[in-house]
Amino acid sequence: MLLYALRRLIYLVPVALGVSLLVFALVHLAPGDPISAIVPPDAPKEVIDKLKEYYGFDKPLPVQYFRWLAVTLTGDLGNSIGTGRPVASEVASAFGNTIILAIAATTLAFTLAVILGTAAAYAKSRIVDRLVTLISLVGVSVPHFWLAIVLVIIFAVELGALPPMGMGPENSTGWRFDRAHLAHMVLPTIALSVIPLGVVTRTVRSTIKETLSMEFVTALQAKGMNDRQILRHVLKNAAPTCLAVMGLQAGNLIGGSILIETVFAWPGTGFLLNSAIFRRDLPILQGTTLVLAGFFMLLNLTVDVIQTMVDPRIKRG
Amino acid sequence: MDTLIPVDRGGPAQPLLLASGLQKHFPVGGGILGRGRKVVRAVDDLTLSVAKGETLGVVGESGCGKSTVARLLIRLLKPDRGTMVLDGDPVDEPHGITVNELRRNVQMVFQDSYASLNPRLTIGETLAFAPKAHGLPAAQARERVRDLLSKVGLDPNNYAERYPHELSGGQRQRVNIARALALRPRLVILDEAVSALDKSVEAQVLNMLVDLKEELGLTYVFISHDLNVVQYLSDRVLVMYLGKIVELGPVEAIYGDPQHPYTRALLSARPSMDPRKRTKEAPIQGDPPNPIDPPSGCRFRTRCPFAEDVCGRVEPILADTGRQSVACHIQVPGSGHSKAARTGVIAA
Amino acid sequence: MAIQTSSLELGSGTLVQAIPASASRGYWKSVARRLRRDPVTLVCAGTLILIVAAALAAPWLGLADPYKTSMLRRLYPLGSPNHILGTDELGRDMFSRLIYGGRLSLFMGVTPVLCALLIGGFLGITAGFLGGRVNMAIMRVMDVFYAFPSVLLAISLSGAMGAGTENTLLSLTLVFIPPICRVSESVTTQVRGFDFVDAARASGASTLTIVRVHVLGNVLGPILVYATSLISVAIILAAGLSFLGLGVKPPEPEWGLMLNTLRQAIYVNPVLAALPGVMIFITSICFNMMSDGLRAAMDVKA
Repeated sequence: MLLYALRRLIYLVPVALGVSLLVFALVHLAPGDPISAIVPPDAPKEVIDKLKEYYGFDKPLPVQYFRWLAVTLTGDLGNSIGTGRPVASEVASAFGNTIILAIAATTLAFTLAVILGTAAAYAKSRIVDRLVTLISLVGVSVPHFWLAIVLVIIFAVELGALPPMGMGPENSTGWRFDRAHLAHMVLPTIALSVIPLGVVTRTVRSTIKETLSMEFVTALQAKGMNDRQILRHVLKNAAPTCLAVMGLQAGNLIGGSILIETVFAWPGTGFLLNSAIFRRDLPILQGTTLVLAGFFMLLNLTVDVIQTMVDPRIKRG
Repeated sequence: MDTLIPVDRGGPAQPLLLASGLQKHFPVGGGILGRGRKVVRAVDDLTLSVAKGETLGVVGESGCGKSTVARLLIRLLKPDRGTMVLDGDPVDEPHGITVNELRRNVQMVFQDSYASLNPRLTIGETLAFAPKAHGLPAAQARERVRDLLSKVGLDPNNYAERYPHELSGGQRQRVNIARALALRPRLVILDEAVSALDKSVEAQVLNMLVDLKEELGLTYVFISHDLNVVQYLSDRVLVMYLGKIVELGPVEAIYGDPQHPYTRALLSARPSMDPRKRTKEAPIQGDPPNPIDPPSGCRFRTRCPFAEDVCGRVEPILADTGRQSVACHIQVPGSGHSKAARTGVIAA
Repeated sequence: MAIQTSSLELGSGTLVQAIPASASRGYWKSVARRLRRDPVTLVCAGTLILIVAAALAAPWLGLADPYKTSMLRRLYPLGSPNHILGTDELGRDMFSRLIYGGRLSLFMGVTPVLCALLIGGFLGITAGFLGGRVNMAIMRVMDVFYAFPSVLLAISLSGAMGAGTENTLLSLTLVFIPPICRVSESVTTQVRGFDFVDAARASGASTLTIVRVHVLGNVLGPILVYATSLISVAIILAAGLSFLGLGVKPPEPEWGLMLNTLRQAIYVNPVLAALPGVMIFITSICFNMMSDGLRAAMDVKA
């Protein structure tokens, strides 16, 4: 088992290198001189040249890449052009905020999805099945950032019940588990959870339906097992696929939270990315992308390994 | 149409197909970049010859390499080692014929009648594909299709426009046979061609195969795990185990006087309708070994009731014992096996 | 030991049991027939045709000028005279902007998927059919892109390249090539393993002929179904990029961009502010339902 995980980790290395190359190239995709993002256009030439040397922009590209790679691997992601503070610490604190939201959203989405999906698969009446299918279809089709705006309109503007933006009350920094902060969390959590809800509900419903139609269920019924015990077997059978999809959705959620965070001004990695793009703060852009992509890769690896553990059919050769 | 009929070059004494020293190993996944450290030794140093006009039966358990041999003979797989000679012409070598030309002479009928027909094409389109790919104009291809369908007992007016899912298993297999005949081959390899059919349908198809062979002057290599069918159809029989030939000879010799312990166990395992006929043979013990790591020496020794030391040290080669050839130390005088004759020359 | 059976009469076909010719001639025709009978698919198709037709015919529908601003007539509510759906924050007619917006929004959704289908499909089918080193090379490159969640990749690429329609099209195409390539490769590998492909190879035909006749017909179906399911994602993603200011630039009408600029209006005229999103939602759900319908129609064996 450990060997398998280790082997997959080694597999990741070339991919990780490719990812780093892509992230490095991002900066150079940007139009214009990277330097122009840092200094005003009318700066004296000596200043520009000095900064070029400091950031290493004057060396040939491959050299720049390896320098950057070497520095990055030590954990130093450079400094933000806007605030001057180390990128790594900015990303770390933003990441924490995103995780809070992600945990809430995935818990909500996955719990509901399992309940709805199972209910739909077992339902005798077609109405329940149709309803759940509709819910999951809506979840997948709705533009979640629009839903966020609609939620703000309904609950913040019209009803005034929930705050429209921010992570906590005006002058609080950081997150705490209290009523005010939880109130700020409600709307973004709902908005963030729709897509995973839609996808996972569909997956749960279809895997359970498929499992129910397998012959071993008939065999269990013939043996005299009651429905609840069969349900345990069915869930165990459907678990690997569903877990894999859940893992993927969780990863997408964390990496793709930028839209919701922008609507709610939630200070997570998405919001950080957004402001970095507009300030042309390339070190933050690179650092955030790198961290998010790296996290996504590790998450996928974990999901793969867990799936192998849970599903005995997958060969660990 | 005449341009597609291959010509007999070597005369009756020349074997139609001669394969020497064929080897095919498949790497098993694992290791970085998919290059495995393990290999499945599907076929090892296999030599066989097929005489013109005969039916060579090939029997063996699942996993013994029969299908790999079939695919090697028609070059769907490239052998790691070994040569092939078609009617005197070496295949895929500078002074011989190309693989494409080989394929004009050697064709194959697959086992799974459904998976071997493209579900999106009509029967007519499937049958016309090969001749058209070799340059036959469309009108003549259509004629050829009608001709082929009639030969296998399917009404061309009815079946040419049908799709595979509209046919029964037996009908699909007839289409497969027709397809194999489309390029007028000389040798047809039948890889478990009737195994998936109901018994009554199987009988019809087998009889059709016999008639076609005579009518068109074909040579067959008939691969099957069904010993009775092989006995009915074959002139000579070849018994395979784990990638190697263990016994080879005329059908009467193999079925009447099997000499290899594996052959004997296989044949005696056939259930008989006569309750008085009890098998006296020792049954095959144990599980089939892993083709990734075959036993040293004789590959059958782990399941052979007569295995001894020498069987693990020395690999038996196919030796002529009169009517047939056997790869077993027991049959070779002086081999060191306790049951073998003490001295003597191996019969030439 | 003889097999007891009468020998077959060749050539007459009378002993062989004939199945009556079924009504379905051709696979694609049967798919079309099933689609035509499904009410949900028909409604969605109708709605989409309406939206697309309106978008295409926009210049000739006698609508108000979508670019004409008016400081006096800003944020008029729905049902105002001359402005059925009100006006936006710069006084432009909403109805007209919504219809004109459809042009860019749909274009930005469909075009990247189309381009990704061509490029990714080609790469995937090649990788699937040829296998070996070619397959590994192509799929490893795709793996690098797969290491990013799609939204992140789109935003990082767009963020780096800058806003604008062409950049957005480029980055979205790049985002969709890996999934289409992966699906194409997996389907092609599956089909490649079928016996009838081996039989075609055994007949000595050229690789191109085999791919054209035998592989493509069996592979394009699933790939197309997958690609159509991506259209709704593309529309939402394109709108999302514009919403962030990374996509289409003002004053172009585009649903995502409109959602962004109208945000300031949510306290004044909330329904107006939500309207562009309704269009995105309707379009997206119609595409999804049609993709589901297509998959269902293709699933049943004729």
